[in-house]
Amino acid sequence: MTLKGEDAVYTAQRLAELINFEAANMPMAFMEVCGTHTMAIARNGIKSLLPECIRLISGPGCPVCVTSNEFLDKAIALAERSDVIICTFGDMIRVPGSRCSLEEQRGLGSDIRIVGSTLDALALADKNRDKDIVFLGIGFETTAPTVAAAIIEAYNKRLDNFSVLCAHKVMPQPMKALSESSLNIDGYILPGHVSAIIGEAPYSFLADDYNKACVISGFEPLDILESILRLVRQVRKGFFFIENQYVRVVKPQGNPTAQELLSQVFEPADAEWRGLGIIADSGLAIRDEYAQFDADKKYQISIAPPIEPPGCRCGEVLTGSITPDLCGLFGTSCTPMHPVGACMVSSEGSCAAHYRYTLRDA
Amino acid sequence: MCLAIPMKLIKIEGERGTVEAGGVQRQIGLQMTPDADIGDFLIIHAGFSIQRMEEKEALETLALFEEMERLA
Repeated sequence: MTLKGEDAVYTAQRLAELINFEAANMPMAFMEVCGTHTMAIARNGIKSLLPECIRLISGPGCPVCVTSNEFLDKAIALAERSDVIICTFGDMIRVPGSRCSLEEQRGLGSDIRIVGSTLDALALADKNRDKDIVFLGIGFETTAPTVAAAIIEAYNKRLDNFSVLCAHKVMPQPMKALSESSLNIDGYILPGHVSAIIGEAPYSFLADDYNKACVISGFEPLDILESILRLVRQVRKGFFFIENQYVRVVKPQGNPTAQELLSQVFEPADAEWRGLGIIADSGLAIRDEYAQFDADKKYQISIAPPIEPPGCRCGEVLTGSITPDLCGLFGTSCTPMHPVGACMVSSEGSCAAHYRYTLRDA
Repeated sequence: MCLAIPMKLIKIEGERGTVEAGGVQRQIGLQMTPDADIGDFLIIHAGFSIQRMEEKEALETLALFEEMERLA
């Protein structure tokens, strides 16, 4: 659904009317799992178009937000080494670790660079053979294959000075945990670009075992409204299945080549999620065959026990248990300019979205 | 972080490709879309194409991105 101008506004209003009519005042809660959806919903004022009976809850799909302090502390410990150049996506740079952020560490003289792709990190490794390039691997199934491809390329080109500090995660497992929680979620707006890789099948258990409405959604305002309408219809009918609204990008089987890349380089591992704790098989660990590219194994990094910022309720925000404004730090000591918690730092974090769009509109 | 946009493939060199959208060119990895051909619209995320897209829908999406840029 990609209409322009007045057509788009008319269609949005029509979709909102249909949602209102079909929901018929039945209370429903839907979770948007993906941080990019959270941002799109906030930016486009989607919540203001919905009837009161429909509640949208933000989920744990902001990779920066769910990354543990332990990971950040390890990255910063590596950055302290004079023979290491850290490469990271920009979103990570301001997240406060136990003692400081990567940005603050860079101010102390560490070589920490923002890259847009693992390809940039590989090029840097090729040019700086006397340095070790460590890429901070965060993100879900959308991003992890780009890291897998880089590791394979480093292997083939014998770029021994390239490695990855790996905190990749997969989406379906935490959704299992959330479906078993007391949140009473009726359905999920499923992540569009994660689904472009994994396809529809990995979510089936949500509909089959947990009776959750499920719609894979695109990121335009009309995509999201249409997805919500489809969720409402599933709930009203009591008939739950994995519906694909984002057919222009997501194939039912996903991208099998990307899936092969993932399984060639990674294997399932338990992973720690900020707010959710350790979830079995929710992470991706680098296989032994590629151990030389695993920064964790290469450097045997030891760090002090991680410290969480006092008063920060990111964990509860990430699981949808509270809205950002219920955190005592929100908007006072924790703001986008001076963030305390990860959810305020990341451009996709629930707190950042709430601060930027909801407070301004209030 | 899972943002991805459609760009048109204009050059292929082994596992690398050059894509273009709105006058901006970028080198990307083609490992996930080995069957991509010149002229295809690819969904680009973090420097790699993650999927191919139908041209008509890709152009509509790009037009929408341009409109959002103007409104921002």
